[in-house]
Amino acid sequence: MLLRHTPTAVAERKSVTINPAKTCQPVGAMYAALGIHGCLPHSHGSQGCCAYHRSVLTRHYKEPISAATSSFTEGASVFGGQANLVQAFNNIFSVYDPEVVAVHTTCLSETIGDDLPQIRKKAFEEGKIPEGKYVICASTPSYVGSHVTGFSNMVKAMVEFSESTGKKNGKVNIIPGWVEPCDMEEIKRITSLLGLSCIVFPDTSGVLNAPLTGEYKMFPDGGTTMEELKATGDAVGTLALGEWCSGDAARRLDKEHKVPCTVLDMPFGLQATDRFVDALRKIGGVHVPEELVVERGQLVDLISDMHQYFYGKKIALAGDPDQVIAMTEFLVSIDMKPVHIVTGTPGKKFEKRIREITADMDCEVNVRAKGDLFLLHQWIKNEPVDLLICNTYGKYIARDEDIPLVRWGFPILDRQGHQYFSTIGYRGGLRLLEKMLNALLDRKDRDDPETKFELVL
Amino acid sequence: MATANVTTKTMEPGDIKAELISKYPPKVARKRSKQILINEALENQTPEITANVRTIPGIITMRGCTYAGCKGVIMGPTRDIVNLVHGPIGCSFYAWLTRRNQTGAGPDGENYMNYCFSTDMQDADIIFGGEKKLTQAIQEIYDLMHPKAIAIFATCPVGLIGDDIHTVARNMKEKLGDCNVFAFSCEGYKGVSQSAGHHIANNQIFRHVVGENDEPKEGTYKINLLGEYNIGGDGFEIDRIFKKCGITNVATFSGNSTYDQFASAHQADLNAVMCHRSINYVADMLETKFGIPWIKVNFIGAAATAKSLRKIAAYFEDTTLIDRVEKVIAEEMPQVEKAIEDVLPRTKDKTAMLFVGGSRAHHYQELFSELGMKTISAGYEFAHRDDYEGRQVIPYLKVDADSRNIEEIEVEADETRYRPRKNGEEIEALEGAGVQFKHYDGLVADMEKDTLVIDDLNQYEAEKLVELMKPDLFCAGIKEKYSIQKLGVPMKQLHSYDSGGPYAGFKGAVNFYQEIDRLVNSRVWSYMKAPWQENPQLSAAYAWG
Repeated sequence: MLLRHTPTAVAERKSVTINPAKTCQPVGAMYAALGIHGCLPHSHGSQGCCAYHRSVLTRHYKEPISAATSSFTEGASVFGGQANLVQAFNNIFSVYDPEVVAVHTTCLSETIGDDLPQIRKKAFEEGKIPEGKYVICASTPSYVGSHVTGFSNMVKAMVEFSESTGKKNGKVNIIPGWVEPCDMEEIKRITSLLGLSCIVFPDTSGVLNAPLTGEYKMFPDGGTTMEELKATGDAVGTLALGEWCSGDAARRLDKEHKVPCTVLDMPFGLQATDRFVDALRKIGGVHVPEELVVERGQLVDLISDMHQYFYGKKIALAGDPDQVIAMTEFLVSIDMKPVHIVTGTPGKKFEKRIREITADMDCEVNVRAKGDLFLLHQWIKNEPVDLLICNTYGKYIARDEDIPLVRWGFPILDRQGHQYFSTIGYRGGLRLLEKMLNALLDRKDRDDPETKFELVL
Repeated sequence: MATANVTTKTMEPGDIKAELISKYPPKVARKRSKQILINEALENQTPEITANVRTIPGIITMRGCTYAGCKGVIMGPTRDIVNLVHGPIGCSFYAWLTRRNQTGAGPDGENYMNYCFSTDMQDADIIFGGEKKLTQAIQEIYDLMHPKAIAIFATCPVGLIGDDIHTVARNMKEKLGDCNVFAFSCEGYKGVSQSAGHHIANNQIFRHVVGENDEPKEGTYKINLLGEYNIGGDGFEIDRIFKKCGITNVATFSGNSTYDQFASAHQADLNAVMCHRSINYVADMLETKFGIPWIKVNFIGAAATAKSLRKIAAYFEDTTLIDRVEKVIAEEMPQVEKAIEDVLPRTKDKTAMLFVGGSRAHHYQELFSELGMKTISAGYEFAHRDDYEGRQVIPYLKVDADSRNIEEIEVEADETRYRPRKNGEEIEALEGAGVQFKHYDGLVADMEKDTLVIDDLNQYEAEKLVELMKPDLFCAGIKEKYSIQKLGVPMKQLHSYDSGGPYAGFKGAVNFYQEIDRLVNSRVWSYMKAPWQENPQLSAAYAWG
């Protein structure tokens, strides 16, 4: 047994988190910053933070993750990190020459109270940041929220660069949230099918799924350009996908540039995608093209074709709030039973949304925000499930409890495909169904007695 | 294909060095210049390199932090101690199962390595202090799992807000009675690299655990293996060989280790040091306090493994052991030789670069030389000058502000348990017979003339080096892996071995030969260009049929 010390009896814990279902803010800020074209993320803190964030992102994407650090020493921790950051700007622009540097704080620089915009101002005045270059500053204290909060804070910080000329540009801003590079591509494909002109920010497609060609581009071709980011202030509106990831940035755009916004669920599964497409249709005043209608029909078709394998199956689900909300709705919509649901990110709203989505289910549902995988495992021990949907850390539970596992979320450290094959939209829904079916049916084929073993399923 | 364009060396090492630092601001260039050494013979003197100095802000370093060295490297591979990280969630999350330390629960059934424990500090804890939460977290863990020991690790904010983790540990140890609780002040901002964290971890293990168990450990030839972390199962292979030789490994510091191993370490009669950087001071302390001498060993490379085994056998001066070791070597070597014979024609004369660790960049050169490959450039991520130049420089090392912050424990001979395993005469005789004690020559001495030795190599320099020197293989860590491979050059992780291992010992050597053969001869490196990119000119319209 891998997790042999996990007892079945659930005892309330107040002070120790065991096997977390979240990590800290800065890694989310780093991921978001990689979605800006020509941007070097910079971690203002000890060098270990940056090393850890780069490592986990590298292991998830199997791509180079360049990011710099202020490399705090004991002295900097006492006297403040200004000198380190100013020196870092000078070195970064001399050696790597990025268009943009996106600085985020850490628990260290937050605790000592370093003021990033003030340091940026000083560096500009001293000529350490060259003319025409940009520096984004995001406050991302690790002791508040989670990696999702950090992503959200960095995206919100990007809005500082939005400009309004007073003339609308006819574009729609889409804030996709913390989804995979291929998900961002899929969002762009769907909007272009509808004939809408969009600005997607941040956009890691073309950055974290780059080709192998024998040439290393420290700043790959993808990412939202600063020109595009500026133009967000003149857009006709903003669609924010996911309250936790994208809501704050959209509201900042509304407040500062009067760009109206709608916050939608992330378009995972049938109904959330329906709402996304319908919103795009209304904003653009366009008809939904036949191509997309067919894709929707294909998803409904597969649900109906294989419904017997979904119906009534119990699921344990862990992940980030926006993803888990949409996934829970999808699972319920295909008559599965998500019975244990955990996110590590805090937020009572999460539990409320899950309660609403699962209200019609005829069984008890365990749900916890700011929960951990230790609790999820205990719930599973008390009431077993047919399938676990989780990031890679779920495999320890899956093996111990002999449950099939669908890897979905962050981080995925032991399988590939997440950066290439989207799970967003109707097509992504097909992929999710395929993954769940494979997991369930591989298990069935493994476990069925010879007499019951069947060719056609 | 990397292997196809082995261009003849056109640049002098001096020119390469100049090119590496040409883009830096003057101050950075001056500093980096001292950390880049051209290996020249200087009248019996090793040229001097600057090492163990601060990382330059903004320069993309390979290094991690003190916490990573303490929790991740040293304490991570101990299976029956609960590692509780006091801080915001990230530090514990990132160090959760990411180092490929293999372990099993053992007969006692205790293994906490698959778990991640954190106090998950929130803003209120930062403002009002986290001691209460830490105390309660220890109690909750104890109530849930009853471990024999709980180790507490400080993260950056803990030091800043002044939580007294050592007092909390002492109080809880007293309260719980049957659970040893001790703490590590390993805040990430301390020191200049992971190395400081190794030191902090080892000091506390020495202070709180070593010598706690006097229950006799059986065995005729009892040793401790220091600085072996069981990445990819290295320690398992070394233990297999020890067992075959009849050598008892009392304690490994700290691959697949247990609390009891540390507690009993003072019963060994010899300390064999693998990773000089992370643990040489523990070997010194064990000698001063308990009278156990130490020798440097290396189980990376088949010849090095045989040599190390012979050294251990020579130390015990017992023909039974000496004969048995020879028998084991004779048994193990044929499979190794067979593997080399198979691989050598495909690996011979290829070139490698190694930038990793505090010993690995040296140790792995053994394996590459067995493959007929030349190491053209190497360096450490967090080593000190003695790891490059040899231990003779230790008295001359500068103590700067950063190293002064890392505690040095003053150790005296144990009143009852100090027992010199060899007297002065015996030591002298053994030295005369070639068994050198407390001796390490470092990496530089083993590298060829005109090779480049570079300390704390960064991303920019790595890319430049590959571009200028075109190695057939580059070795470093996960952060460096894909930027190098995007250049079309295979990259082997030597921290965590990608998904491979073990590479130690005899079986490990065979694994490594095969892995390197796979990497440098993979067909994938020939696919960088599509046919239409190789021949872009259209000479005529395509004629069907």
